[in-house]
Amino acid sequence: MKLLVCISKTPDTTAKIAFNGDNTKLETAGITFIMNPYDEWYALVKAIEIQEKWGGSVSVLHVGPSENDSIIRKALAIGATDAYRIDTEAVSADQVAFQMASFIQHHAFDIIFTGKETIDYNGAEVGGRMAAQLNLPFISFASHLDIVAENEAIVKRDMEGGTETIQVNTPFVISAAKGMAEQRIPNMKGIMTAKSKPLNVVTPQEYSPKISIVSHELPPAKKAVQYIDPENIAELARLLREEAKVI
Amino acid sequence: MVLVFVETENGKVRKAALEAVYYGYLTAQKLGTSCQALLLGNAEDATSLGLYGATFVHQSDSISFNFFDNQVYSAAIAQAAKKLEASVVILSHSSNGKSLIGNIAYLLDAGSVSAAIDIPETDKGFSVRKGVYSSKALVNIELNTPVKVISVLGNSLQISVVGSNAEVQPIALDVLQPGIKVLSVDKLQSNVTPLPEAERVVSGGRGLKGPENWGIVEELADVLHATTACSRPVSDADWRPHHEHVGQTGIAIRPNLYIAIGISGAIQHLAGVNNSKTIVVINKDPEAPFFKSANYGVVGDLFDVVPKLTAAIKNLNA
Ligand SMILES: Cc1cc2nc3c(=O)[nH]c(=O)nc-3n(C[C@H](O)[C@H](O)[C@H](O)COP(=O)(O)OP(=O)(O)OC[C@H]3O[C@@H](n4cnc5c(N)ncnc54)[C@H](O)[C@@H]3O)c2cc1C
Repeated sequence: MKLLVCISKTPDTTAKIAFNGDNTKLETAGITFIMNPYDEWYALVKAIEIQEKWGGSVSVLHVGPSENDSIIRKALAIGATDAYRIDTEAVSADQVAFQMASFIQHHAFDIIFTGKETIDYNGAEVGGRMAAQLNLPFISFASHLDIVAENEAIVKRDMEGGTETIQVNTPFVISAAKGMAEQRIPNMKGIMTAKSKPLNVVTPQEYSPKISIVSHELPPAKKAVQYIDPENIAELARLLREEAKVI
Repeated sequence: MVLVFVETENGKVRKAALEAVYYGYLTAQKLGTSCQALLLGNAEDATSLGLYGATFVHQSDSISFNFFDNQVYSAAIAQAAKKLEASVVILSHSSNGKSLIGNIAYLLDAGSVSAAIDIPETDKGFSVRKGVYSSKALVNIELNTPVKVISVLGNSLQISVVGSNAEVQPIALDVLQPGIKVLSVDKLQSNVTPLPEAERVVSGGRGLKGPENWGIVEELADVLHATTACSRPVSDADWRPHHEHVGQTGIAIRPNLYIAIGISGAIQHLAGVNNSKTIVVINKDPEAPFFKSANYGVVGDLFDVVPKLTAAIKNLNA
């Protein structure tokens, strides 16, 4: 099977967030960037598992400048076959989805994976936008994926308080959530071979984004915590009812 | 016109949909236009959408709507939006709403913002606010397109009655055949409010020591009519089901009340719960980072404090 995993770059989960002078851009000094965890832990590893069982290839696709190559090399080290980088800054979900779908239109992939969302803008829009442009089924928040025949999959999808089990034929777009696979750490051999795997640079399409960032803000500071004596828990119940008015 | 897609469950309008309608109503007020609702399938209480600001409920029914197929739903919603000349389309930021927003926005050539927490700013332009970097910051996003699509994060606004029952009218749509087949739907407990919609959440961490100790968490949740949640190591160890895992890599929630029991308050955990209106932290370690984000804190042994809190609330209710 020909599998494609879309990967994005996000600040590390422990990053301290600050913005530049006019609050339009993230202050990147001192921030470590990582592959978006859902893309890496679940989407990529599941694609590699399928390739190990069914043969074929796992390509990774990224929209971003060459300074992001280290993230792509990590995906290759974990086990992807080859990589494509669309050579433009990622500015919005609609632009990233458009660039990727325009690329995918010229390649016959059986399954196109994304993570369920990125941990920076938490939009979860890219998969759906690509699926619409490609006119393919889109299954979101998939926690299990079993290939049951060369062109047929059974997917479990998370939803409020439960799961749905779905049958779908390839090709389709799927967004991966926790449960789909177990994180893999690249080994030495993987890291060595990653260096010689093909990383193709793709020229972007003309596109003008449909949104723009006006400003960022940090959330208002929280009031200091009010401590309650564990010997007087009735007081906590009273405060929750009378002061916070939440019970 | 502002068009709100209304999600249903078991033949009834979902709470998240009422919030979306009310959000649509407030947006329409700002734009000097009307708010109308779109229902795919059936809901016995559809007319009540009028109470929260919908002037009409457009309804289309088809067996294709019996199960959720992204392509079928997004095509129908986009078609209705075009037919009714909607300039703004509002969705709930539920698992289905999140799946639909990208598709619908693409089909309408629209800019989109998911998980909005405030009604749009329309004084100059049209901008929408949402949390980013797992709620460590907020962003205002300008939408540059004639048609705009927004999904509304649950519990972002307090709904109130602003109108009377709305008329339900059929709308003719060309409905696609499903491209996927839903084999089964497994709901865990239908009598408990799902986490993203819950107003009160009681959450347990590794401090509980093991799944056999969850009784005290469930008893507290019971008296509060709250939904239970947990930290990631707890669901990783299968002490609790995965769908209870909140945080950066789990579900992000913003209930009115979040009670954290034996949870240290790691940054990745806070990322999913920090927007809760009132946070109570019960932890025996006075240095636990969670206390910095709490409104109320109890430094003590959870095995002692939690049953006492349950009893105190029962007393209050008596
Ligand atoms: C990329 C990444 C993503 C992550 N995503 C998430 C996420 O989405 N959600 C999440 O929760 N975590 C996430 N984590 C993990 C996170 O860093 C923490 O490890 C985790 O939240 C800790 O869970 P905990 O608070 O239950 O356990 P611990 O940190 O072990 O804390 C247990 C707490 O219980 C207290 N305690 C123990 N016994 C008692 C007692 N008898 N009475 C009272 N208090 C007691 C202790 O003082 C301690 O504070 C992520 C980590 C990474 C690296």
